[in-house]
Amino acid sequence: MSVEGVGARIARKEDKRFITGLGRFVDDMVLPRMKHAAFVRSPYAHAKITGIRTEAAKAMPGILAVLTGPELKDDGIGNLICGWMIHSKDGTPMKMGAWSPLAVERARYVGDAVAVVVAETRAQARDAAEAVEVDYEELPAVTEAVEALKPGAPQLHPEAENNLIFDWELGDAKATDEAIARAAHVTRMKIVNNRLVPNAMEPRAALGHYDGAEDHFTLWTTSQNPHLARLVMSAFYNVAPENKLRVIAPDVGGGFGSKIYIYPEEIVCLWASKRTGFPVKWTADRTESFLCDAHGRDHVSEVSLAFDADNQMIALKVDTIANLGAYMSLFSSCVPTYLYATLLSGQYVIPAIHCNVRAVYTNTAPVDAYRGAGRPEATYLLERVVETAARELQISPAELRRKNFIRAFPYQTPVIMNYDAGDYEASLEAAMQAADYAGFTVRREEARRRGKLRGIGMSCYIEACGLAPSQAVGSLGAGVGLWESAEVRVNMAGTVEVLTGSHSHGQGHETTFAQVVAERLGISIDQVSIVHGDTDKVQMGMGTYGSRSGAVGMSAVVKALDRVEAKAKRIAAHLLEADEADIVIEDGAVKVAGTDRSLPWAQVALSAYTAHNLPEGMEPGLKETSFYDPSNFTFPAGCHIAEVEVDPETGHTEIVQFVAADDFGNIINPMIVEGQVHGGVAQGIGQALLEGCRYDPDTGQLLTASYMDYTMPRAADLPSFDVLTSNTPSPSNPLGIKGCGEAGAIGSPPAVINAITDAIRNNELPMPASSQTVWKALRKAA
Amino acid sequence: MYQTTYHRAASLEEAAKLLAQADDGKFLAGGQTLIPTMKQRLAAPSDLIDLRHIPELKGITINGSDMRIGAGTTHAEVAAHAGLAALCPAICRLAAHIGDPHVRHMGTIGGSIANNDPAADYPAAVLALGATVETSKRTIAADDFFTGLFGTALEEDEIVTAVSFSAPEKAGYAKFPNPASRYALVGVFVARRPEGVRVAVSGAGEDGAFRASALEDALARSFDPAALDGISLPSTGLMSDIHASAEYRAHLIAVMAKRAVKAAIG
Repeated sequence: MSVEGVGARIARKEDKRFITGLGRFVDDMVLPRMKHAAFVRSPYAHAKITGIRTEAAKAMPGILAVLTGPELKDDGIGNLICGWMIHSKDGTPMKMGAWSPLAVERARYVGDAVAVVVAETRAQARDAAEAVEVDYEELPAVTEAVEALKPGAPQLHPEAENNLIFDWELGDAKATDEAIARAAHVTRMKIVNNRLVPNAMEPRAALGHYDGAEDHFTLWTTSQNPHLARLVMSAFYNVAPENKLRVIAPDVGGGFGSKIYIYPEEIVCLWASKRTGFPVKWTADRTESFLCDAHGRDHVSEVSLAFDADNQMIALKVDTIANLGAYMSLFSSCVPTYLYATLLSGQYVIPAIHCNVRAVYTNTAPVDAYRGAGRPEATYLLERVVETAARELQISPAELRRKNFIRAFPYQTPVIMNYDAGDYEASLEAAMQAADYAGFTVRREEARRRGKLRGIGMSCYIEACGLAPSQAVGSLGAGVGLWESAEVRVNMAGTVEVLTGSHSHGQGHETTFAQVVAERLGISIDQVSIVHGDTDKVQMGMGTYGSRSGAVGMSAVVKALDRVEAKAKRIAAHLLEADEADIVIEDGAVKVAGTDRSLPWAQVALSAYTAHNLPEGMEPGLKETSFYDPSNFTFPAGCHIAEVEVDPETGHTEIVQFVAADDFGNIINPMIVEGQVHGGVAQGIGQALLEGCRYDPDTGQLLTASYMDYTMPRAADLPSFDVLTSNTPSPSNPLGIKGCGEAGAIGSPPAVINAITDAIRNNELPMPASSQTVWKALRKAA
Repeated sequence: MYQTTYHRAASLEEAAKLLAQADDGKFLAGGQTLIPTMKQRLAAPSDLIDLRHIPELKGITINGSDMRIGAGTTHAEVAAHAGLAALCPAICRLAAHIGDPHVRHMGTIGGSIANNDPAADYPAAVLALGATVETSKRTIAADDFFTGLFGTALEEDEIVTAVSFSAPEKAGYAKFPNPASRYALVGVFVARRPEGVRVAVSGAGEDGAFRASALEDALARSFDPAALDGISLPSTGLMSDIHASAEYRAHLIAVMAKRAVKAAIG
């Protein structure tokens, strides 16, 4: 490891501009003649639109245009789509209802965009938006998926009878039922995974610019994947062909999944720019973010976990109803299916697993991937039921888990995944040691004397990251391949630019990707620039989500570096009149091993471009491109242990200790990895204790539409985290990386709820376990 | 925010005059409720009359055991005032836990009680301390000042100028914050004087802050947390929302009252 290379704990290069206010976000972009958009949104959860009158709005000061759905249709702009095909178990394709970027005839959730106003200023646009008169005929609304499936429920889309999008299954139903029938013990639970609002620090924004001279569009947008945005807008929404559309995602202030998708506003800003002849910018306010960003989670499940007489798991049966909201967002269908059911084996040998999932339309914001995406739902369900089983079987939770751990790799689960490497016992041991698990009973007694109820809970999670082998996901219904691409461009004097399709919106790629290059070429990270987020600069890319940038994005960089290094060595061997096999690159020099003959890296680079003396037949230049397609998912895993104290008088829970022992494979920068774990655990604790998106079940109004009612975790709600790693390198990519972005949010919620239910001696506890919820559970237990 | 016209008043008379001239004017104190409400387009005053630069509203005066807090005094100033801390530390602790540092450096006691948000902290203190609200026109006893949810005895053009009260023997405040907003889900202020005990509750009442006579009676017999053991309050008249049912609020009132007494007798 060099000082700045792989494994170095160095501060992030990009933080200087962020903490000095010099970051450049979409809303910072100002173009000449730029105008501002405001959206007219449905105040009803479900309504027929019988008329839209725009005259009064158009007459207001500064108004350039008021545009509606029918005009958008006239211009051939297409509907939004879900890009992952799921087939129901009867073989029929999922039932996707139409989602027009501006609602036509019907609005299906509070916040559904109905019209757009373009004005000289943002304030004028908003004033005029209120003057657009929309005639609504209010319809009955349904917000909960379980209710939406019932006979007589309000119907959202004619395509989806009974609001059912698909009824899908994975695994062997017969074998699972048979095993449950002969089980010595079956633990049964109903598990609800609460709906969450993503709350990226930067609200979504879009700036569309149509250049009439070139007949070319440019979109600045808050995207985690600009190339994917361009593809979808070209191929499905008919905004412009890819060669006529440039998508730029500059600094982006957090995404957590919510900025993967294409939303109506980006499409409308581009279209409105061509319509009006001006660049058009829109930036969401926080209320719009709450109403319209794709939400996360929202599952209701029944689970049965069966054991033989020796406490070995023999079967797991799961029946899940997933709320997908009013429309199918871009990847909404894969979250409760292939990112969920495939992880239900957890860290355990479970010979028979069956999972049935019904995905349902409701009059709520679309639901899609949110940090973890399917894997937190699987982990919460499994780790709650395993902990409950341990209580029922009167065996220690650690012992029950140990007894059932997978110990031989590779391991083929009954639900598609083939785990390549792991050591679950090591993470469990490390976490228990760090948490002083053995000393808990003493601490519980001490807390009791202070009038507090102390509890401890663990969670042993696994996730599939490094999304994903293209052929595999293609066979499961994905509309795209999930490779990544990179170009390593050595400049004439030896500095390096890496162009990557991964997108950094908080992950620190400008530092970690440079560390990989520094390690290989022996140059400083200051000599390496990471270029991302612009379809005109970067060759191709699939973006950042699913903890894939390290495992897949960096692997593409490594592949390109291999080629650069090979060419540099050939040039050096030629210049130094040495055998190519004897050339090594280290400390900024290209050397003949075991001699004092060497050339500075910069001189080799320059030689590649002067081309005065290159090996026979070699092309000038030192710049290589690669596409890397992973051979398998990666499988980060670990053990989280939470210790809590509950105030029995108020129900308030304090997390007094939190240990995360994770196996992320090899680590590029421990400081950044720890930061990712801290953030993920904070979000997981948020889900467990504080965050819950609530709609009024009758009116469909969002009750938690601001920070006055939606509880975001604050520093004071969180303990100081104890984060450790025990790593087994992934055999599935050249750097041995598994990924760390989502683990914290996946592993922590069940650990926290297991701890609180241990403290209050009542296992019936929904998330978020607010003080009131815990108080009620305490009263029931009493 | 809708278009509005800002005025900076230099005196109480000028403020009243500006309000009279406005179509739909509003006095602006610290702005910690009004400005966010305007930004959300839920309020649209034609004119804002800023009271923050009126000298009469400034300052804290201590005279023996009597305290007078100018209406324009920020929460941070109250929290840090040594004279108040010596006579009534509970009011300082209350102020120190309103909102966050930004709010505490902008928000004022006058603005808080004039707005009478049912979840604000100060109304409970003003009621329990039996304070006198001084205005540009008169003085109003605390018991007569708060008239219901966001309602006060203030006339349209009447401005709170100060809150005054004498030192209690003992006083304490305990708040259970709303997890999201950090306003009081339940806040209980207790104050003991030779003539009796006053207990006021914020955050819970459907009609705003109120006095809890059952708790006052129990504490008059014995000013000790144990005096409230086993006391059960009815949930009628209490707010119910996604954060707390009326039953939970009723329970928390008793718990917070005990903690307030504990803080008072320290």
